[in-house]
Amino acid sequence: MRSFDYAAPVSLAEALALLAAHPTARVLAGGTDLLVQLKSGRRETPLVVDLKKIPELKAITFDAAEGLTIGATVPCCQLTAHADLRRVYPSLAEVAGLIGGTAVQGRASLGGNLCNAAPSADSVPLMIALSAQARVAGPQGLRTVAVEDFCVAPGKSILGPGEFLVSIFFPLPAPGFHAHYLRFIPRNEMDIAVVGVGVSTTVQDGKIAAARIALASVAPTPLFVKAAGDSLVGQAPTSEAIAGAATLAQAAAKPISDMRAPADYRRHLCDVLTRRALTATLGAQ
Amino acid sequence: MKVHVQFTLNGEPAEFLAEPRQTLLECLRDNLNLTGTKEGCGDGNCGSCSVLLDGQLVTSCLVLGVETQGQRVDTVEGIAKGSTLHPIQKAFIDHAALQCGICTPGFLMATKALLDHEPNPTEPQIRLWLANNLCRCTGYDKIVRAVQAAAAEMRA
Repeated sequence: MRSFDYAAPVSLAEALALLAAHPTARVLAGGTDLLVQLKSGRRETPLVVDLKKIPELKAITFDAAEGLTIGATVPCCQLTAHADLRRVYPSLAEVAGLIGGTAVQGRASLGGNLCNAAPSADSVPLMIALSAQARVAGPQGLRTVAVEDFCVAPGKSILGPGEFLVSIFFPLPAPGFHAHYLRFIPRNEMDIAVVGVGVSTTVQDGKIAAARIALASVAPTPLFVKAAGDSLVGQAPTSEAIAGAATLAQAAAKPISDMRAPADYRRHLCDVLTRRALTATLGAQ
Repeated sequence: MKVHVQFTLNGEPAEFLAEPRQTLLECLRDNLNLTGTKEGCGDGNCGSCSVLLDGQLVTSCLVLGVETQGQRVDTVEGIAKGSTLHPIQKAFIDHAALQCGICTPGFLMATKALLDHEPNPTEPQIRLWLANNLCRCTGYDKIVRAVQAAAAEMRA
């Protein structure tokens, strides 16, 4: 790796001051993306700012009245082990256990997965399905951005100069709420999603009251397909309703052909995985 | 500028001078002369550089040495008690769970992390936990048998 300086601020204010003084600095959470990029020469920086010492970025806070806040640098291994998280957001604990292997989960964070802004990020479609909100600190103060609006291009997010992700907030699930992430990979574990689908549904009095569907690896960014989820609202959880939503999700996908799969196959997978994920959440009632 | 890092290494206080760009793997091998930890891929895929950082399994190629300030690092050099091998090391030898040996320190540390976390793992749990460690010699079966034997020995 090329030489760089290292700083480990212990407060949001200290981190903001460092980033204001060094516009080309890169922030570091678990390092499972950044260090690989620095080693390969894909990125260079004069200063690495390690955010793992800042209290707001390393805490998991569950409030039974409000919801769950996950600091941007909390490693996946803490999510899979967290009792409240496993109980209230089981799909999130499950997806944290899907990213990389054991040693990678010891470092990699959901915050890093989001900020790396890969179209294939496993956790992002599920976070969108969970209506997650990204909390961002910057020179103008704090702002909140819906996770579906966070990524703007491969490797690019809405984060402006001097800004960094503080935490991700997950609202409390309503009664009858279930969420699920499904991906297709050619191997059993530890692979990049050919297609990933995150869904959530809320069923009340036998009718679908709310639904959200998001896709990975079929567009330049993780893709929120609002129309597909909305098509389910007011309907009974039937296989016809599910098939209709899956068709809309498939129609929204804009996949490319690459070494992992041809575009047609990815479109096919959007339909199949959306149906299966919705069948899982609606069957769970 | 080099940074003075003080941490706990295999249970003892230790220190080293590191350039921020040096990974923990490089610091262990080049600055501290602990060459038990091996470099395979250098990007977190193969697991041969696995160590424990504050008890958590990590690939030391994706940790900066300077990040370990004040933390606890455990490497393969620390698991035997003097000349008495750790039960995991003994089981790997008894079950011929290694050939060339480059991946072995990583497998030993990953196995230690597994058995610290789950003393009686099922075979699927073992295979999933060790999926971050690649071995091109053994075909994995002998490694799984060694882990099962070590787990039984450590529970006894």
